[in-house]
Amino acid sequence: MRNLWLFFLRYYAFFLFLILEAFAIVLMINNNSYHSASYFNSANNISADVFAYVSNAKSFVNLQTVNDSLSKENARLLNLLLSSPYSNGVKKITKSDSSTLRRYSYIEAKVMNNSVHNRNNYLTLDRGSLQGVKPKMGVICGNGIVGTVKDVNEHFCTVISFLHKDSRISARLSATKDFGSLVWDGENPRFASLKDIPTHVKVKLGDSVTTTGYSQKFPENIFVGRVVRCELKSGDNFYNIEVALSTHFSTLRYVYIVEDNFAKELADLESKEVGND
Amino acid sequence: MIKVYLSNLFRFFFLILLQVLILNNIGLYNMVNPYLYVMFILLLPLETPLYLLLGLSFAMGLSIDIFSNTGGMHAAACTLMAFVRPLVLLIITPRGGYEHQPVPSLRNMGIQWFLTYSVILVLVHHLLLFQLEVFRVNEFLITFTRSILSSIFTLVLIFIAQYLTGSSKKRI
Repeated sequence: MRNLWLFFLRYYAFFLFLILEAFAIVLMINNNSYHSASYFNSANNISADVFAYVSNAKSFVNLQTVNDSLSKENARLLNLLLSSPYSNGVKKITKSDSSTLRRYSYIEAKVMNNSVHNRNNYLTLDRGSLQGVKPKMGVICGNGIVGTVKDVNEHFCTVISFLHKDSRISARLSATKDFGSLVWDGENPRFASLKDIPTHVKVKLGDSVTTTGYSQKFPENIFVGRVVRCELKSGDNFYNIEVALSTHFSTLRYVYIVEDNFAKELADLESKEVGND
Repeated sequence: MIKVYLSNLFRFFFLILLQVLILNNIGLYNMVNPYLYVMFILLLPLETPLYLLLGLSFAMGLSIDIFSNTGGMHAAACTLMAFVRPLVLLIITPRGGYEHQPVPSLRNMGIQWFLTYSVILVLVHHLLLFQLEVFRVNEFLITFTRSILSSIFTLVLIFIAQYLTGSSKKRI
């Protein structure tokens, strides 16, 4: 026994190294799951405070551009209002309660921290469980998609950006309605690639790519980007389509967290299907 | 002695803030990311006991992890770097030994020695860090290139920082 202790004592540095390294790897693996209630992320008190402080300073400098983009978005939303198109009819529009159940609601949030230069990028937002944010909710912005909520705290949440190696978004071409999955290959934050579009589809350059609404994270028909390049390697069954993203990840200031009011209902139903198989 | 503690403590917090608030926002074409904070591990005094060296490096890495949502990636890379440091010091011992030099800085040790020392350790750190970040075999080569390019950028920053700080030989 004494020799064993001496052995440990003699090589304590090596064992300490192993223990620390194992701890780091465990933290890293936990970080990949959604429900980790870990304290080691940027939604905890200290780091969130630091980021909040810096973000306040930054937002003052950016007021001009933020105002511009907000007024543009307001104009777009005003155009969507029922009252804005001129109508010939004399009938008044009445809304019955049961036909207008609201599926999605949106929580507005401010970006406290953001990165675009790594292979795996994350954002920190200033909304948390008090405002009803839950893990796995989608995040969008005025002109495109942003990512998925990962960890939630009382006042803050972290978001896996679309610019992440594990991000996959179900998206379709507007012209032909064929859907595939949109992934980011890590080279340029302005472009992504759309996989799994079969070769019989006629892909038009400049065609818009929108979300499908299959994943419950994002509502249907949110504009994602435009097709800029379409290649077919010999022997491949699928196109290699490059999409210019409409979201400017490096200038994100305000985003919306998407809450699907039917998420639980849908998840229950779909898990039942799997169970019966 | 108290001066050594204070200057290292200051360097610890200063490098964390510099890294998270400024350097994490710098990147070229998603290929180059500088990680200047490893300079803290390079510049720890030579007689730092092993447990303190490992512990401080781990703490440094974990702090960066907390701010950049990377789990334990930086902590793992920093711990490896700290573990390798005594071995590297042993291999490249200068002729006179380390007796009169408390801190392995550029000014104390000379450019040739410091270059070898920092190149080896920064490479060890960056190679592990970038592979841990991607963790995919089919992206191995592009990740390897990224870590080499980023190491070069980090080293340039370390040398600039070394030339800018410290006015006399007495500085610790």
